[in-house]
Amino acid sequence: MEDHTQDLKVIVFQLNNEEYGVPVSRVGSIERVQPITRVPRTASFVKGVMNLRGVVTPIIDLRERFNIGESTYDDRTRIIIVHLEDMEVGLVVDAANDVIDIPGGTIEPPPEVVGTLDADYISGVAKLERRLLILLDLEEVLSDQELKQLQSVEG
Amino acid sequence: MEMSQYLEVFIEESKEHLQTVNDSLLKLEKNPEDLTIVSEIFRAAHTLKGMSATMNYQDLANLTHKMENVLDLIRNSKIQVDSDLLDIIFDAVDDLEAMVGDIATGGQGERDVQQVVGKLERIEEGELPAKVQDEQVEMESKEASTSEISYELNLDEFQRTVLMESAEQGFTNYEITVSLTKDCMLKGARVYMVFEVLEQIGEVAQSAPTVDQLEEENFDLQFKVLLLSTHDEEDIQARILKVSEIDSVHIKKVTVEDYVSTTETSSLATSPHKDDSKDESNQHSSDKEQTAVAVKEKTETPEESKTQESQQKVAQSKTIRVNIDRLDVLMNLFEELVIDRGRLEQISTDLNHSELQETVERMSRISGDLQSIILNMRMVPVEQVFNRFPRMVRQLARDLNKKVNLVVEGAETELDRTVIDEIGDPLVHLIRNSLDHGIETPESRLAKGKPEEGNLKLQAYHSGNHVFIEISDDGGGINRDKVLQKAINNGLVTNEQASGLSNQQVFDYIMSSGFSTADQISDVSGRGVGLDVVKNTIESLGGSITIDSVPDKGSTFSIQLPLTLSIISVMLVEVQQEKYAVPLSSIIETAIVKKEDIMHAHNKQVIDFRGSVVPLVSLEDVFEVPQEFDKGDYYSIVIIRKGDKMAGLVVDSFIGQQEVVLKSLGNYLQNVFAISGATILGDGQVALIIDSNALIK
Repeated sequence: MEDHTQDLKVIVFQLNNEEYGVPVSRVGSIERVQPITRVPRTASFVKGVMNLRGVVTPIIDLRERFNIGESTYDDRTRIIIVHLEDMEVGLVVDAANDVIDIPGGTIEPPPEVVGTLDADYISGVAKLERRLLILLDLEEVLSDQELKQLQSVEG
Repeated sequence: MEMSQYLEVFIEESKEHLQTVNDSLLKLEKNPEDLTIVSEIFRAAHTLKGMSATMNYQDLANLTHKMENVLDLIRNSKIQVDSDLLDIIFDAVDDLEAMVGDIATGGQGERDVQQVVGKLERIEEGELPAKVQDEQVEMESKEASTSEISYELNLDEFQRTVLMESAEQGFTNYEITVSLTKDCMLKGARVYMVFEVLEQIGEVAQSAPTVDQLEEENFDLQFKVLLLSTHDEEDIQARILKVSEIDSVHIKKVTVEDYVSTTETSSLATSPHKDDSKDESNQHSSDKEQTAVAVKEKTETPEESKTQESQQKVAQSKTIRVNIDRLDVLMNLFEELVIDRGRLEQISTDLNHSELQETVERMSRISGDLQSIILNMRMVPVEQVFNRFPRMVRQLARDLNKKVNLVVEGAETELDRTVIDEIGDPLVHLIRNSLDHGIETPESRLAKGKPEEGNLKLQAYHSGNHVFIEISDDGGGINRDKVLQKAINNGLVTNEQASGLSNQQVFDYIMSSGFSTADQISDVSGRGVGLDVVKNTIESLGGSITIDSVPDKGSTFSIQLPLTLSIISVMLVEVQQEKYAVPLSSIIETAIVKKEDIMHAHNKQVIDFRGSVVPLVSLEDVFEVPQEFDKGDYYSIVIIRKGDKMAGLVVDSFIGQQEVVLKSLGNYLQNVFAISGATILGDGQVALIIDSNALIK
């Protein structure tokens, strides 16, 4: 993203009728919805943990994380497994079905107003023909600030 | 670099040798007269020197060499063993350890050891250790050279007797000529390997050129060795030829008469500068002279043969070194297997197909055996941790001016490696604690009518699925009243409650965090520095710690640890639609009680359980479980405990007991309240494991 001359390969997913992208390099796999075990006393957007081929993986509902309502799971719902440093987390999204190359030049910094989203999570916006792709800053999405806040309230 | 492949082995073995030196030095301090111990130290140091020279770690080799010189003087009774001398040697060992540590972390093993080397050299020259230790600059002693000569002459007399003895004991003497192949790359290493082989089957009495020269690769392709052994020629030859890059081996028997008749020659050969006389010319000298020199060398290690023999028997078990990472991978794979086994068991019960059930049962049994083998492979004797304590206790006792006798029992008890890695620090803490605050000064011990020397006992043993480690001292014990007073002042307990507490409950307070600030401790008979940390560490390992103490008789800290951390037995319970696992280790029993039998005390639900009042904890409330259905008239309760405290977890139904693989929730979800981890059940779903300690206040 910093390097504007380089193309960026991203996984495209839908959330509330908008299109988002995360770099392919961060994505481990895309899974269908499996039974999720609720973990008590965690943030509301933490749906729980899932058995991902023998690894217990935490699952976050991105809609709830972005405060745009709760996901309703259907056939198209997917869980994107992303990894960041030593964390591995699954993100619940409405659908994920595309991998595209974004030419470096088309990425713009996040605009001041993008719908109702908190701009913290957005690292940039890519305009591709008639599509608008919101690129996520995973570090912000997975930052544990909110988790910590929750702990301090309890503790 | 071609050395790199030996590096790992070198580091491992160096550590082992240093540990031997450490242990033996401590033994020596207790029995300063026992020269077999010195020989043992000498042997370890010598091997270390050889290895480090071969590996080109000159500093390491030099320091070991200096240490060896001093040990040599001790061995020949030229200097007396006392604690000042041992302090200097310990310093040297510390430096050696630091060097090996440096090499292990990728350094060159270089270190400024001038001071220690200086001290060793001055001792070698005949100065009193105490003097050397106390004063940094000392004038050099002149006695050195004269004493050396007389010591050589003394040796001669010794030689004959020892040689006679070895002959009587049935040792045969062989002169072995070993030729290396012309293209041999690592002559020093090969020599070392040959010596290793020889030392296994007998005793190397002498070599030409000298060992030093051999190690420095200061020879052509041939060298000779005089070996005392009970093995026959062919056997020896075969063993030596197993070392690669050996061209030929010639073995010649040397008879007893030979060296009896050459005793006179031997006294000639043992000139004041003994090492210089054994140069390369010896390589081609006559048998007689060869044996003569051998005789002298032999005497330097008069008692070695016996100890070596006994050690051989111990060292016979065959082992291989396996990288711990590989074992971890094996363990992970096996965990997957355990999960699938659970799944298979479930499917076969559902299908009710007898042949399938039979096969699955068989598989379960085999995988059960496999599980215990794999777990066993990861077991390490606690010795690894205990090893460092004798040194520590010695040093601490000296610093504190106390006399302490450390007894270690059950060092061979095995624990999972993960537990071993964690348990060291808490034990150090407890031992320091016992030395500092438990055992009294010699004066006050005498005043109390106890022996001057305090006893500290470190004991490890297996019991059931647990390993116990106990640290007991015969010191002053814990003052119950003082602890109670402190607890009341800190608001941990009220005056009324205080009188009803058992001793154990009172002593538990010294491990609560309120007690851990320094100035409070000295009031409470001193105990408590960081004991809360100790307690936390042990509990995080799934263990527990209890304290027992009798005033003026001493205290015992008893640590209970699980054998392994990765596979645990749990009881699966259902709370509404959710499944949770409760570790079996914290469960006392399960009960089903009628709704009417539940009483209320202080706005809390309690039950009367075998005479004691047990508070109830509703998992539904604690875990905010969504309500799907109403509870009936009966409550299912799991009674758990934490130390002496109990609580009843209210659940909806018991599913059963199961062995599960403990998994973490991942780094994203850390410190979830009352959840210690997760496990994957037979149906592939994740169940959370309850941290019952968090549910009891």
